[in-house]
Amino acid sequence: MNVDDLEELADKHREEYAAVKTEIRVCTAASCQSSGALPVLEALTTGCDASDHAGCCVKQVGCMGLCSAGPLVAIAAKDAPLDQAQIYRDVAATDAPEILTSAKTGTPMERLHCPTEMPFFARQQRIVLENSGIVDPNSFKGYVALGGYHAMVHALTEMTPAEVIAEVTTSGLRGRGGGGYPTGLKWSTVAKMPATQKYVICNADEGDPGAFMDRAILESDPHRVLEGMAMAAYAIGANKGFVYIRAEYPLAVERLKTAIRKAKRAGFIGHHICETEFNFDIEIRLGAGAFVCGEETALMASIEGGRGQPRPRPPYPAESGLWGHPTLINNVETYANIAPIVREGGDWFAGIGTERSKGTKVFALAGAICNTGLIEVPMGTPLRDIIEAIGGGIPGGKAFKAVQTGGPSGGCIPEAHLDIPVDYDSLKTLGTIMGSGGMIVMDETSSMVEVARFFMEFCMSESCGKCIPCRAGTAQMHGLLDRIVKGEAGRQDLALLEELCEVVQATSLCGLGQTAPNPVLSTLRYFRAEYEQRLLEQAA
Amino acid sequence: MTMQRARPSLPSDDKRWKIVNATMRRTGYAEHALIEALHSVQDAFGFLDEDAMIFVADSLDLPLSKVFGVATFYHLFMLKPQGRHSCVVCTGTACYIQGAGALIEGLEQRFGVNPGETTEDGALSVMTARCVGACGLAPAVVIDRQVSGKLDSNALNAKLEQEIAQ
Amino acid sequence: MPLPTPQSSVRVVTMKVDGLDLSAREDETIIEVCRENQIPIPSLCYLDGLSILGGCRLCLVELEGQSRLFAACSTRVAEGMRVVTNSERLQHYRRTIVELLFAERNHVCSVCVSNGHCELQNLAQGCGVNHVRMPYRYPHYEVDSSHEMFRVDHTRCVLCSRCVRVCDEIEGAHTWDIMGRGSDCQVITDLARPWGDSSTCTSCGKCVQVCPTGALVKQGTSAGEMVKDQSFLPILARRRHQR
Repeated sequence: MNVDDLEELADKHREEYAAVKTEIRVCTAASCQSSGALPVLEALTTGCDASDHAGCCVKQVGCMGLCSAGPLVAIAAKDAPLDQAQIYRDVAATDAPEILTSAKTGTPMERLHCPTEMPFFARQQRIVLENSGIVDPNSFKGYVALGGYHAMVHALTEMTPAEVIAEVTTSGLRGRGGGGYPTGLKWSTVAKMPATQKYVICNADEGDPGAFMDRAILESDPHRVLEGMAMAAYAIGANKGFVYIRAEYPLAVERLKTAIRKAKRAGFIGHHICETEFNFDIEIRLGAGAFVCGEETALMASIEGGRGQPRPRPPYPAESGLWGHPTLINNVETYANIAPIVREGGDWFAGIGTERSKGTKVFALAGAICNTGLIEVPMGTPLRDIIEAIGGGIPGGKAFKAVQTGGPSGGCIPEAHLDIPVDYDSLKTLGTIMGSGGMIVMDETSSMVEVARFFMEFCMSESCGKCIPCRAGTAQMHGLLDRIVKGEAGRQDLALLEELCEVVQATSLCGLGQTAPNPVLSTLRYFRAEYEQRLLEQAA
Repeated sequence: MTMQRARPSLPSDDKRWKIVNATMRRTGYAEHALIEALHSVQDAFGFLDEDAMIFVADSLDLPLSKVFGVATFYHLFMLKPQGRHSCVVCTGTACYIQGAGALIEGLEQRFGVNPGETTEDGALSVMTARCVGACGLAPAVVIDRQVSGKLDSNALNAKLEQEIAQ
Repeated sequence: MPLPTPQSSVRVVTMKVDGLDLSAREDETIIEVCRENQIPIPSLCYLDGLSILGGCRLCLVELEGQSRLFAACSTRVAEGMRVVTNSERLQHYRRTIVELLFAERNHVCSVCVSNGHCELQNLAQGCGVNHVRMPYRYPHYEVDSSHEMFRVDHTRCVLCSRCVRVCDEIEGAHTWDIMGRGSDCQVITDLARPWGDSSTCTSCGKCVQVCPTGALVKQGTSAGEMVKDQSFLPILARRRHQR
């Protein structure tokens, strides 16, 4: 398989579909499936016959983003981007005939119309999600026809591993799992290790409650992640990869398995890829419901078949990882950025975003917000734009109270700071983190003390139990928060809570424990009055 | 001294053991296949009983206590038989904000079971999950592996009654 | 005459601990160097002869130029390293961690067979813990006396996993492991069955000797009588390693 072969494959696919002028795209990602997309797909497929609807074809696609309006159906010219499509929302199977007529005649139907000029669609810049909602996630050829695997073939046949790393370094890409570690630096560290056996791992154990970016990427465009992993393996000199994915995402697992199978059949995974000396195999490993396995050393312990408990670092995985071999671990979205970076060049990517946070970021909008779903915006987009313009504000005419970022390791941002640009460093100054990209909006009805208790309960039950501060400290902090919520605590309890926050933060073994106090510290910082109101002295 | 242990025979002639065995065989009975093996037991039998854990431990030549330690570390592994129907309430942040707590209370009032429990007649197991990734549909529940969203307590209970009656 | 060749390629580094100039082999950890030089560092899960766990967080030290703390048991020394082992801040953290441990289960010294010979008690005294500011959680656990020689009382367990490691790494039986997670963790034998029913336990008693508290004890001991001896461990570990 070389560049010419790939072009041939893409041309063949285009020929097969040459007769198709109009695509009727049905989102079959998990969210739309649970709102009833499959009956819609069935009704459209049976209703769309070749003679009556010449030039139309019904196509399964991945996430278009606006999950709250699902099931979504889009009518578009072949391979046209999302914002040039006619999108229909809240579609039911009974709407199929009308939709088919509209596709045939090209006249939009008003009843289900979902305007693509609304900020939710217009304000996005899709790099990671460029194919989401356009490509059929189960179609290998469809991915290739959209330019898929071109970057990998180019990298393998025209670039040295060092050149691939140089592009990634130039791009300024930072780890999208939440750590924000420079990806190029991570790659070059593992590449410099003199070992013969190395591994790449894709961390798809998306554990933050309220985050579903990785799920959507894997369900919408799985080949993109495989392509990124293969280039990473080539760059660092690994011949084996693992995708560690949550068992709670059955659809993502299924589509990833299909993608791996098809990529193997096409020779894009396996031996002598693209007639080079490069061999690369990928295996899936299922998680089993442990948040801590998102921590890299715990994740590796889990792949090795053990209890997912972290171990002290150093040594870092880059030096001694899976079974003691140098290992590169990146998150799904990080790998999903690699193909465009190699394709367009690191400089192009570095031109997007802010000075120290390059590129775009996928966010999952959820909670008390009109447009819940998945968005991708350039780094540095003001938070207010994301919530008010793209997210459409708060439903029910209620007032905004806070937005929670970074999951159980993050914090809450109040109204006063909504104008900050969203990037790694700005969020840190506010006492929260970018995290993996979950954004949960809370309105005036949410109690911040109860939110803090919710996250502490989460950390307590997800603590692996290995280190004392996290195991026993989160339990004590949860007890204190519970008493504060119930109005049974005094001032000394609040003081003890703050003291425990500091100890657990400073002494815990891994990131889970070190960041467990963050939601408490953050709500104390911005909503201290809510805590004070519930203390015994106040109640009396 | 024998360094190679004989593979144990299958616990019974139940065909499902062959599936479990095949999972382990695919990885060459390697130690790191433990979690995959436990997944396949749970997929085949619905839960992990002692016989299954002993069989997996012997097949992979692992200490019993290690297998038990791993099985109890991960929330998805069940050590008790599950009900004919399952209802998993998502308790992720978005679902919490949108009222997952009320759903759990409603289930307790209607069916008398808390998360992690199964009704006495074995009809329904109620569980919670950390986040099923369907935050756009909060509060989300997974009934017999099918995700449903935006339900209130009455609608959920009615839906479950319907499932159980079928 | 040729120069004598050095015996190994391990280099020697010089470092400062609490202002003292020390030398150390570069493959040593901070805690080993401190123990050699009689610099006290509290620890609970660390034991010479067992693998490193890094779980108790009592041996955390400050390294000059680093904002985060490092566990002395799992951090190798380096040339020019400057270590602080006993700052005000570290003392405060250690006290709090010991308090958390006391409140986690049911540690009542006066009725314990290990009273006076207990590492947790010694730690508390060493760190200056004279009362616990958090509510005791008093979880309910059964005492398992099914083994003919030994007894396990989970209410006194600190989950240091020394028993698990000694049984796996030195005895080779791997009878012990840990089940559950978080505060619900519990040491178990085989499939969490009574210890006396274990098909893998060799009754060697190594786990009892290395247990820091009164969680694993000999049958028939009463308050204050259980004295433990761990001197066998480094010797066994060294000899087995040589083989």
